[in-house]
Parts: sequence; C-alpha cells; structure tokens
Amino acid sequence: MATALNEHIVTSYEDELINLNKAISEMGGMVEQAITDAANALLKLDHKAAQDVRQYDKLIDGMKDRITEMAVSIIARRQPIAVDLRMVVTAIQVANDLERTGDMAKQLAKRTLQIESLALAPKFYNGVKHMTDLVARQLKSALDAYASRDAAKAVDVCAHDDEVDLMHTSLFRELLTYMMEDPRNISQCIHLLFCTKSLERVGDHATNIAEAAFYLETGRQLGQDETQRQQL
Amino acid sequence: MALADTNSVITDRAASAGLRRRRYAADLRLRIYGIAAITVAIGMLAVLLGTLIVGGAQAFVQTHIRVTFPVSAEWVKADDPAAGNWRNVVRDGLAQVFPDLSAAEQREVVKVLTNNAQFFVRDAVLANPSVIGSTITLDIPAADPYDQLNKGVITRDTAEENRRLNDQEIQWFDTLVERGLVSKPFNWGLIFNSNSRFPELAGLKGAIVGSFYALLVCFLVSFPIGIGAAVYLEEFAPKNRWTALIEVNINNLAAVPSIIFGLLGLALLIQTFGLPRSAPIVGGLVLALMTLPTIIIVTRNALKSVPPSIREAAFGMGASKHQMIMHHVLPLALPGILTGTIIGLAHALGETAPLLLIGMNAFITSEPGGVMDAATALPTQIYIWADSPERGFVARTSAGILVLLAFLIIMNGVAIFLRQRLERRW
Amino acid sequence: MNVMQQATTSPIEIRTPKMPAMEGRAVSVFYGQKQALYDVSLAIERNQVTSLIGPSGCGKSTFLRCLNRMNDTIDICRVTGEIRLDDEDIYNRDIDVVELRARVGMVFQKPNPFPKSIYENVAYGPRIHGLTRSKIELDEIVTSSLRRAGLFDEVKDRLNEPGTGLSGGQQQRLCIARAIATRPEVLLMDEPCSALDPIATAVIEELIDELRENFTIVIVTHSMQQAARVSQKTAFFHLGKLIEEGHTSDLFTNPKNKQTQDYITGRIG
Repeated sequence: MATALNEHIVTSYEDELINLNKAISEMGGMVEQAITDAANALLKLDHKAAQDVRQYDKLIDGMKDRITEMAVSIIARRQPIAVDLRMVVTAIQVANDLERTGDMAKQLAKRTLQIESLALAPKFYNGVKHMTDLVARQLKSALDAYASRDAAKAVDVCAHDDEVDLMHTSLFRELLTYMMEDPRNISQCIHLLFCTKSLERVGDHATNIAEAAFYLETGRQLGQDETQRQQL
Repeated sequence: MALADTNSVITDRAASAGLRRRRYAADLRLRIYGIAAITVAIGMLAVLLGTLIVGGAQAFVQTHIRVTFPVSAEWVKADDPAAGNWRNVVRDGLAQVFPDLSAAEQREVVKVLTNNAQFFVRDAVLANPSVIGSTITLDIPAADPYDQLNKGVITRDTAEENRRLNDQEIQWFDTLVERGLVSKPFNWGLIFNSNSRFPELAGLKGAIVGSFYALLVCFLVSFPIGIGAAVYLEEFAPKNRWTALIEVNINNLAAVPSIIFGLLGLALLIQTFGLPRSAPIVGGLVLALMTLPTIIIVTRNALKSVPPSIREAAFGMGASKHQMIMHHVLPLALPGILTGTIIGLAHALGETAPLLLIGMNAFITSEPGGVMDAATALPTQIYIWADSPERGFVARTSAGILVLLAFLIIMNGVAIFLRQRLERRW
Repeated sequence: MNVMQQATTSPIEIRTPKMPAMEGRAVSVFYGQKQALYDVSLAIERNQVTSLIGPSGCGKSTFLRCLNRMNDTIDICRVTGEIRLDDEDIYNRDIDVVELRARVGMVFQKPNPFPKSIYENVAYGPRIHGLTRSKIELDEIVTSSLRRAGLFDEVKDRLNEPGTGLSGGQQQRLCIARAIATRPEVLLMDEPCSALDPIATAVIEELIDELRENFTIVIVTHSMQQAARVSQKTAFFHLGKLIEEGHTSDLFTNPKNKQTQDYITGRIG
C-alpha cells in the first residue's frame, strides 16, 4: 500500500503536483466515460450517442496536451526527483495512454455510425457486452491503482490482461463462425471485429497504465516474474 | 498602541505622519549633535596647534650677528690654538664694530653675542688654523635678550626699568642692524644642538637621540616578546581559566597608569639591578613594559583577523602548525602587527611620567653615545624647558612640542602607509 | 610484449578487486559531550565520486573531515571507530597526520588560495612535503597540476600574479590544482561550488568527472542536483547517522528510505 507522503516545503510545488494528479484523475474519468458511452452506443446502435462520443474525444485530446504541458513545466522549473520524478514521468505516460484509449472510444463510435442495422443481433450482443464490461473494469482498476498508488492492484490488472486477450480471441472465432454461417452477417461482423480489436487495445492501454502505477509506487519496472507470481 | 487601533484609520494616518516627522526630526538632531561635537573637537585641536605654532614659530629662527674677528697671534698661539684666549678674540671682534667704547662698555657690548661666542670662534679657527694672524668672519647667535628684541618679544615701548635691555643696549643692537650685520636664518640649532642653559643655543639633538635609543630598546624588547606571547596565546594556548586570567591581566596591564611603570623601573631596574639612572636602556625597558600589552593585544587581533579559511587551507595541504603560522598567518597578520606596534611606539615616544621617575629629565648638554649614557627624551626635554625661567625657552617649549608632534605624525603616517600598502585582500 | 603487459597489469588487477579506497567502520564523532556522528560505516570506492548529502548539521562535513583528520584541529573533538586508507587505520598512532593530508587532499567550500602567486600556491604542497628535488621537477608538477585542473591555459602567462586575483571559479580550480599537486589518492571536497555561479560550477563539475580517472573523490554538497550530476555513489546523512547509501541513479529515482525520499524531494521530514 502506498505510504503517505509528507508535504513539500515549497507549497506551490506541492500544489502543482496535486493539480497534475487531479488532471490525470479527471482525464481518467473522461476516458472511462467515453469508453462506457461508446460501448453503450455500440450495443444499442445509438447513433446520436456515438456522435457525442466523437465530439468528446476533442476534449480528451485537449486534456492530454494540458497534462503534458504541466508535466514539462514541473520538470523544467522544479527538477523533480525520486517519487516526484516518477509521478511526473508516469503522468505523461498515463496521459498518452488515456488519449489513445480515447481514440479507441472514437473508433468504436465511428464503427457504430457505420453499422446500418437498427439493432445488434442478440447473438453478437452478449459477447461484445462481456468484452466491453471487462475492458471498462480493467481500465477503472488501472486508474484506481494509479490514483491510489496501489502496486498490488496494478499487478492484478496486468494479470487480468490475458483474460481480455482470451476473450478477444474467442470473440474473433465466434464472429468468424457467424460470418461463415451466413454471409449477410459479414458486414456487421467485420465492424464488430474492428470494435473488439479496439477494445483489446484499450485493455493493453489499461495494462500500460497499471504498469505506470506499479513503477510510480515501487520505482521498479513491472517484470514478467512479478505478474506470474501474482497469477500463481 | 495607537497604531493597533483599527477603528480610526484617518487618525492613525495622521498619527503615523506625526511619528514619521518626529523620527526625521530625531535624525536631524542626532546629525547636528554629531557635527557640533566634531566642530568642538576640531576647534580645540586648532586652538592647540595654533597656540603652539604662534608660540613656537619664533624658535625656528634665530638671530645671528655677523662679526669679523681678528685672530691675532697675541691671543692665539699657532702651535697650541686650543689654549688661546678666545674671550679676548671675541672682545676684539666687537671692538672693531664699536671702536669708540670705554673698556667697561666693551665688556657689556660683548653680551650682545651668546655667552658661548668664544667657543664658536675657537671651533671655527681650529677647523681652519690658517686664519691665525688674520681675520675670520662668523655669524654668531645673538644672546637671548637681543634675540627676543629682534623677534619683538621685548618691546621698546616698555619702560626702561622693566626691560631686560636698557636703552644703550638697544642702541648697540640698532647699530648692528643698521650695518646689516644682523640676520635671522632658520634655526638648525633647534634640531642639531644639544641642550644648553642658554636658550639661543639650546637644541633637541640630545633629546631626539635619547628618545631614539629608548624607542630602539623598547622596540627590540617589546616586539619579539609581544609577538611571541600573542602567537602562543592565540594559536597554542588551550582555552581555559588560566589563559582567560592571563588575557584579562594583559588587558588590565594596558590600562595601568604609566607612572606606575616608572616606579617599577626605578625600584627594579635601577635600585635592584643597578642599571644607570637617566639611561635610555632603563627608559626603553620601562616603555617596553608599557607597550607590551598594546602589542600583544594588537597582534592577537591581527592574528584573529586572518581568515580561518587560510588556516584550513594550510592544514588541508598538510602543513604543520609551525608552518601554518610562519608561512601563512604571520605574514598576513604582519601589516596589522606593524601598524599596531608603530602606534604603540608613538605612544611610548610621547610618554613622560615614567621617564621623569627614572631620571631622564636630567640636564645633559651632550647627546648620549649609547643606551647606557645619561640622556633626556623629547617629552622630558619639553618638560625641562617648560620649567626654565628664560624668555627664550617659552618659544622653544612650543617648538619642541611641534617637533614631537611632527615625529608622532610621521610615525602614524608610516603606520597608515604600511597598512594601506601591505594589507592584502582575500 | 605480452609478458610485459601481464607484468604491468597484474598489480592493478590485485588492487582493483573492488577494495575500497577508504572505508569508515563504525565511526562516531563527539564534540565534547555532544555526539555528532553515530556509527557510520561507509566504503569509498576507488576512482569513483562519492557524494555526501543531507541537511545542515547532519554530520556529512564532519565525516568528510574525519577522512583526513581535519577534525584534529578542534581540541574537543574525539573520533572512535576506524577509518581505513589502503588497509591502515588513519587514526592509528603510527600514522603521521601531515603525511596523511598529502595522501588525502582537501578542497574547501570557499575558494581559499593563499595570498601568494599562482605558482607558489600550487608549489606549496610539494615543497613542504619535499616531493621534488629540483626546480625543474617542481615546475613540472605545477604545470601538470594546473593542467589537470583545467586552469593552465588560462593562467600560463601570469603564474607570478597573485592567486587571489583570479575569478571565483578559477580560484577554486587553483585550490584543486594545489590539492592534487601532492598527488593524493583521495580528494575531499567540502561544498566546492557553493560560492560559485552556475557556469563556474559546471566547469568544476566537468573537472571532477575528469579527475575521477586518477583520484578517488568524496564531495559534500548541499545541491542534490549536483550530487546527482557528478557522483556515482551517494550517501545520505541525517542527524549524525548514515541513513542510506547506494548508486546515485538508484538513490535519486527510487530511494529505499522514507527520510531520504523526504529530503531529496524537498518534503518536510
């Protein structure tokens, strides 16, 4: 568990770090929202919601630029070291991953707009729903681990990434089967395949964020053995 | 309290303006006090110097009278000129100036010249024996009353019976002036003559040499001892109760009245050790005792002011303590030490009381040949002159003080020069 | 050729098996009744820069000054434990402190050249330790020391001018030249850049990095950034105790100890 840190002697420095943390949390919240909204839009084929998600991505991009600026400014003016340095460096990483995740939400929305049915076939719905739930959970856990500096939780997130991959593989097979069954499914299934690919990427970004959280807390890179130990 | 009252801001502002005005007024007052104090101090110094210069200026010139003396072989034998009757030679010389005087008047007119005129003539002839049988022209110092007359101290307006010189004598002098025989050159005798009963001949040479020897002894004794003591106390001595006691006592010693050192010199050096009275060695030793605490204190301060970084640098290079002190600390402290020592010596030069007690106020007409000879010193010489009844000594006292002051200023000037020149910046 | 190489390399190989240049073992320092250093054990690795950091009064300078027995000049100072230089305890009675200081040179916080000429400053150490037999040898040592300190080209035309006339950074490099003129094994630096501007500091830091090839360097610094920049090993002192030591890059990215972390990140500990 994270040890409580004392306050900096320079309060403006402390404030800047707090603001950076806040910005990360805020951006995390925005991206989580975007992913959830995009997933819901996809599941319900809600074109209006999908449009909103596409608009929302611009805000997320802006947020990433802001965080990068803040971090660069702290590095230039405060020369952070040790835990502060890790905090600032991981903030840049996490913001980057979040921005990419936001892009994935946008991809989902774009695919949603291109599916021309009124609703998803129920047989597709369940698999995609499961995957979106799992990925959203992973992202949330990773962000929680980052915000609370919880190394154990971060390791946990990384360990669960395999699940996402497995689910992606099985969904891929499933959709392939549907396509072979009935060529009329092909159009929808291709779109859904791209969507699952995007969701799988979100899972990867969640893992990256979890790894950053682990590094932030321990100062070590999360190695293979660490993840395996967790799994055993 | 008024400032803490937040209810009435306007009153506060007015009050603070008033306070400010009072503060400026106080500043101004302080400055005025300071200027006044300095003016008073400078005024007093100016009065002192003015008095001395006005009173002493006359002693820096001396009335001389040019007389041509016939050195007749009758009075002076060529084979033994020293044994000649020089008194008659002088009388003859003046008789040539005033040919038609009676014998009694001739005896009087000789007194225009200083009492020692015969010795001036003798010395001049001995230096140049070829003039025996012919004449020699010399500028002989006028006797004190005539000198005073020439300088206007004795005035003709005074009634004859209250005057040192009667009308006849003044008339003789006037005759000499008319013939252009009277001159008033710079009085080198003041510096280069020894003391004399006759003011016109009295000079400071004996006192200057005596003071020089005394200061030499004082320096040779107090400088090494003072530096040694200071170096030990500052660099080696442990900081404990004993060294603290020694330190306090050194400071006290610097404040002991000088006359007590004189008594010590009298009792210890003269009576116990049997050193000669009135000798510069005794004076020098007594002055050394007085100067020692000053030198120790000054040296310690100079050592202290050498920055610790220099000591650290020396130690860091692996210098031993001895090397640290001799190579670095002492050379750096030297300007300060020298300055302090010179000022200490200047102080010793002006010191009178202890010298009086050890007899350096004797009447001595020749300069001392060494530190064991009886001598006077500048301040004691001034003291002797101030005590003398003759009019001529009044001016000489002031002149003596001016000479002493000149020496002090020179010494202090050297000290300042050394400080400016040798002081290093670090 | 091969034989010769073997002959020359083997003694170095014997020395290099990571035997530290200096090693403090359970060093405690007392000033009178007050203990300033508690059981500090620290190895100073050969040909590395070790920086000692910590808040004022943490004992880092005290420890540094133990390494060449500069504390001896303070009467009430007492040192226990042992400090080994090439396997001898420098607090042993047989060790001559004057010789020790030639082997363990020191550079101080404030540039403190002697108020003598540049040449005399550098020549002083070799002279008092009798390291040279002739004027030519001495000239050579002065030149090479100044060159190593990166000062020679700047002062070669004015070796007889006072060292105090140089700029602050030059003065400090003169002090370094003076210290290395006795060919020490270890060079101690007590906040050598604290009185210098950033450019002069950078020049000194570059110099420290170059000197590492030939000397073992211990530097006390208040600037964490400086410690991070110049040193390979860092030791953090706090209240007279050695809290943490380790490779500089580790200590500055991921300190093990919370006190270290609080100090280096500028938190109230």
